[in-house]
Order: sequence, then C-alpha cells, then structure tokens
Amino acid sequence: MSDFASHTGVFVRKAIIQSAPPPLAIRGLMGWARENLFSSWFNIAMTILSAALIFLVVPPLLRFLIIDATWDGDSREACLKSTGACWPFIKAKLSQFIYGFYPAAERWRPNIIFALGALLLAPLLIPRAPLKKLNAILFFGFFPVISLVLLTGGNFDFHHFIIGWIIPLDLIFGITELRALRLTFWIDYLLSATLTAGIVYAIAKGFGSQGRHAAKTVILIFAFVGLALIATDIDFGLIPVETRAWGGLLVTLVVAITGIVTSLPLGILLALGRRSEMPAVRSFSIVFIEFWRGVPLITVLFFATYMLPLFLPGGTSIDGLLRALIGVALFSAAYMAEVVRGGLQAIPKGQYEGAAALGLGYWQTTSQVVMPQALTLVIPGIVNNFIGLFKDTTLVLIVAIFDLLGQLRAAFTDPNWATPTTLFTGFAFGGIVYFIFCFSMSRYSQYIERYVSAGKSH
Amino acid sequence: MAENPIAVQLIGVNKWYGEFHALRDIDLEVRRGERIVICGPSGSGKSTMIRCVNRLEEHQSGEIIVDGVELTNDLKKIDEVRREVGMVFQHFNLFPHLTVMENLTLAPIWVRKMSKKQAEEIAMNYLKRVKIPEQSKKYPGQLSGGQQQRVAIARALCMNPKVMLFDEPTSALDPEMVKEVLDTMVELAHDGMTMLCVTHEMGFARQVANRVVFMDAGQIIEANAPNEFFAHPQHERTKLFLSQILH
Repeated sequence: MSDFASHTGVFVRKAIIQSAPPPLAIRGLMGWARENLFSSWFNIAMTILSAALIFLVVPPLLRFLIIDATWDGDSREACLKSTGACWPFIKAKLSQFIYGFYPAAERWRPNIIFALGALLLAPLLIPRAPLKKLNAILFFGFFPVISLVLLTGGNFDFHHFIIGWIIPLDLIFGITELRALRLTFWIDYLLSATLTAGIVYAIAKGFGSQGRHAAKTVILIFAFVGLALIATDIDFGLIPVETRAWGGLLVTLVVAITGIVTSLPLGILLALGRRSEMPAVRSFSIVFIEFWRGVPLITVLFFATYMLPLFLPGGTSIDGLLRALIGVALFSAAYMAEVVRGGLQAIPKGQYEGAAALGLGYWQTTSQVVMPQALTLVIPGIVNNFIGLFKDTTLVLIVAIFDLLGQLRAAFTDPNWATPTTLFTGFAFGGIVYFIFCFSMSRYSQYIERYVSAGKSH
Repeated sequence: MAENPIAVQLIGVNKWYGEFHALRDIDLEVRRGERIVICGPSGSGKSTMIRCVNRLEEHQSGEIIVDGVELTNDLKKIDEVRREVGMVFQHFNLFPHLTVMENLTLAPIWVRKMSKKQAEEIAMNYLKRVKIPEQSKKYPGQLSGGQQQRVAIARALCMNPKVMLFDEPTSALDPEMVKEVLDTMVELAHDGMTMLCVTHEMGFARQVANRVVFMDAGQIIEANAPNEFFAHPQHERTKLFLSQILH
C-alpha cells in the first residue's frame, strides 16, 4: 500500500491520499449505540440502570397524569372514582390560578398585558427580527408603564415632588386638578427639572466639561419620567384594582419579570462598581453586594413587609407588592453582580489596552468591548439566576401575596374539590407550569449561546 | 495648527514598577516622519518605553510630549494623545466579538464621531492596503495570525494617527507569516509614517529605520543610523547583543 521506502530513508510522495469515508462501525444507528451506550462495561451498566429508571418512573407518571385521569366533571364526585389526576379541578380553578382575585369584569386588563408582553417579547428574543432598538424601547420603556396603569387602574395621587415638601405650593396656587392631574405637583415637577438641570450645568461647567450636554441629558430624563408619571397620574376612568387582589400566574410573572429586567442592569452596575478604582464606589458596591447576599430572601421580604412601615414616617405607605418587588430586585441584583463580575474577570488585559490605545473612554470600552464579551461568557450563569429567581418568587407567599403556588394551596382548601388526588393534581399542574417557563429559559439560553459564538472561531 | 517638527519627545523619563527601576533617564526625540527601531534583550524596558508614549504605562518623572501635548494625569490630554497615536500589539488585541469591519470602524465611529458609512469606506481602503479586503465580514478568530496582525495595523490606521507604535508585532507569529506583516510595515514606512517599533527583525531595521535604539537595563545604551549601528557598534553591551542575535 505505502510507497514508503523504509530501508533507504529517502521518501518523496507520488500520489496525495484522498479523504475517504469512515468505516461502517462508527456510522449509523448501530455505530452510535455502540459508541455511546455500550462502549464499556461501565457504560453498559449505566445504560441498563437508566433504562430501568425510566421504566420505573415514566409509566406510573403517565398512568396518573393521562390514562387513569379524570377529564370531565364539575365537582369532586367525578374524581372520587379514579386514582388518576383530577383535571376538572384545575379547569374549575384555572382563572383563579391565572388572575388570583382580580375582579372578573376587569380581567381583560391583565389579558391585554399578557398579549402585549408576548407580542413585544417574542421579536425581542429572535435575534434576526428587525427593529431591535424600537422593540427594546417599547418593551423596556412603554410596556412597564402601560402594565402599571392597566393593572392598577392608574390615577395615582401625586401631591408633592421635591419643592412641594419644602414650600407649601398648595397654599400659593390653590388645589386645582385637571383630569386628576394636580396642578401644583406639575408646577413643582417643572421647577425641580429646571433647577436640577441648572445645578448639573453649573457642576459640569465647574469640571470643565460640556455643561450644555449634561443639562440636556437631565432634561431628557425628566421629560421621559414626566411622561411616565403623567400616564400613571391621569384619570383614564379605570376601576382601581389593589395589588392585594392580584394573584396567581399574574403575580408570579410580574415579580419574576420585574426582578429579571431590573436585576441585570443593576447587577452590571454593581459589578463595574466593585471593580472600580474609586474607593467610595467600590466600597459601596462591596457592602451592598455582601449585605444582600448575606441575608436570606425570606428575611428581606419579611423586613420589607412588616418592619419597613415601622421605620417610615407615619402616613406614608408603600404598596405591599411594590415592597416585595424592590426586595426581590435588589436581592437578585447582588447575585447578578457576582455573575457578571466573573465574566469581567475573564476578559484579558489586552482588550482594555487595545481599546485604550484607540482612544476609547471608560464607558465606550465597557459598553462596546468588555461587556459584550463578558456577558456572553456568563450567559449560563445569568440564566441560572433568572431561573432561580423565577422559582424564588413563590416565596412572596410568606408575606401574604398569592402567586401561582399560593393560589394552588388556597384552592386545596375548597371542600367542593376535596378528593384524594386533588393535592397531587394541583402540584403536578404547578410543576408543569413552572417547568415550562424554566425549561424554555434554559433552552433559549443555550440557543443564544450557540448563536453568539457561531462562526467566531475556527 | 502648524505642523510640529517633533512628533515624540521623551526628556529624562523614569519609571518604576514598585521597587524595580524600569526606565532610567530616557531621552529620545522622534522627528516627524522618522522611523525608530528599538531593540534590546527582554526586560530591558523597550516595551515599557513605547507604552509610556500613549500612557498605557504611567511614568513617574520626566516629560513625555507627543505632538506638542505633554502627558500628565490630565485624562483629556491622555485621550487627545491616544487619538493621534496608533498602536499595534504583540498579541493583536483585536476584539473577538466584532467582525473585522466592526473592529476597524469602532473607534472612528465612537471616538471620531464619524458616520458609519464614512468609517466603513475608510476601513475598506485600509483593508485593501493591507491586502485583506475580502475578510471584512469575518471574525478575528477565523483569520491567520498574520492576517490578524494586518487587521490590527489597519485598525490603528483608521484613526489616521500621526505616530504609530509597534510592540513586537511579529513575535507571536508563525515564521511563515512574519513577512506579510513586515511588508505591510515597510509600505507604511515608505508612506512617511512616524514609527516607533520594538522588534527583533534586524532586516526590517536595516531596510526602513532612520535610527536604531539599543536598550538594556532600562536605559538607552546606544542609538545610531542602522548602517553604523550594525557595522560599528560602539558599546560592549551592544556588541554582545548583536553577536548573539546575528548568526
């Protein structure tokens, strides 16, 4: 076969060997099974063990969930005869699991939010979908405000902004309201905006940078916040629904999505702060992160709900759900910060030097060079946090907020549906719902990981 | 602004890493259009010296003046200098998450505030000059070392720098790729670019350098025109060094 003349030691190839297909033994189904299932004694043992495990678990599960299950009926009587799941129970309670005690006549509001959320989120998650920037602005900017107004009913009472706490504007201008917009509050808001912009302008000028640019940024921020405030302040004629009446999947999603959306940017800022060369910023970040990581979430929620009101000045009250939301967001931000920091540490010094040599500043380097790479590296960690957060939201049950699991447990106490399998059916249903959400996140993160690394190396 | 005849000036520059005295009384004047090759044994401070020129390293005493701007703690001046000084690194330091084109246009867009279209036009021109226009949509990880280094050179050139610094640009390359990078650098030299180049490629030094600077133990030992430098080294340390690298 070989034209190698070994005894002389001199060799010049005459024909180049062409690439040939691999032998049959490593191809096809048989080849795959031999390679992956039966390659060694240990492997064979594991294969048999796994098959036994599947045989042990799956058939009874299928029997309970599908074969022996009761599918029709309108009371416990229907389920008493069988040993399988009692699906009519889920059907009867489904609206409660989704909306909690949200008034039935107003459920079109969460429905709109669900639909709008899905509509805005889907194209955001598809890398190839166009108009990403507009999409992101709509989802992260408008959607929260719309959700807030629709779900609560809006028409918040804003009395004082900043100046109003010091100067009694109400006495000067009197109390005038236009569609529930209190005039004095908005005078206050405009004055504060102008004043802040002026101060920022002066400070920026003092540091020798462009004051006009800084002032413009401040005014822009005030304008956007102002729009959001007007939207929540104005009276659209919606019936107010207290957050106490919210429940079920609605609460689970509100807490989880708020936590996810706020914890990532906060975590990024904290991670950068922890690596900052400015001692004040670094110390603050370290103390913040270590504090929130050192305290269990249940303690945070308890503190926010039952202790915080004792410290706040009398009369001021913050909505219970909002308190839990802030607690969850800060808590997960601390965890997120450490995940992001892990990614930052993996970025070689050469990347910073390459960016610096081109004249890129700190924020440009961070946003264009370092963060995209760091975040890509820690996608598994980030999504791990998201999934953990999603499941942890169920802890709000502790502070009397009824999320999906809370509603489930509340439904168990209904004597009309007391059957031997109600409990199992309910938990199976809860498990399936949580699994769908968490598994989707997991699969999506793997898809994104492949997407961002596709074609970037050999 | 009138063209300053002196591109880079180092006056009595000293630098320490902790206790270690890395640069000792460095005096060097680089005129506009001049090409300086800096050589010397490892640890002699050559990289440190050129990294001081765009303030990747901070010097503790002496003056460094780049195109009339003195480097101090003033961040604005540092940014000003970095905009005008291009640098090519031993390990390329390309941004792996960006395509070749994005690597080239990043700084022109963000630092020079150019439009994307204009930046891409300029980038394409430089990619043609370094002879890899067809790679513009690829990621750095898909290119060979020599191609990556040429992208890095093009990236620095896109900022239209007045001075180019090269920190051992061919040391990390496979031998068969050294030439393509050196060719690019020679071309750049012929175009009149002011260059400070740390390298051990003595052929390159002979071909394009106006002056060769030999450093050892953090100081400049000898500086001379390449013919003289190679033919008649004066200092004992230089002779020893040359005898070891020129076989």
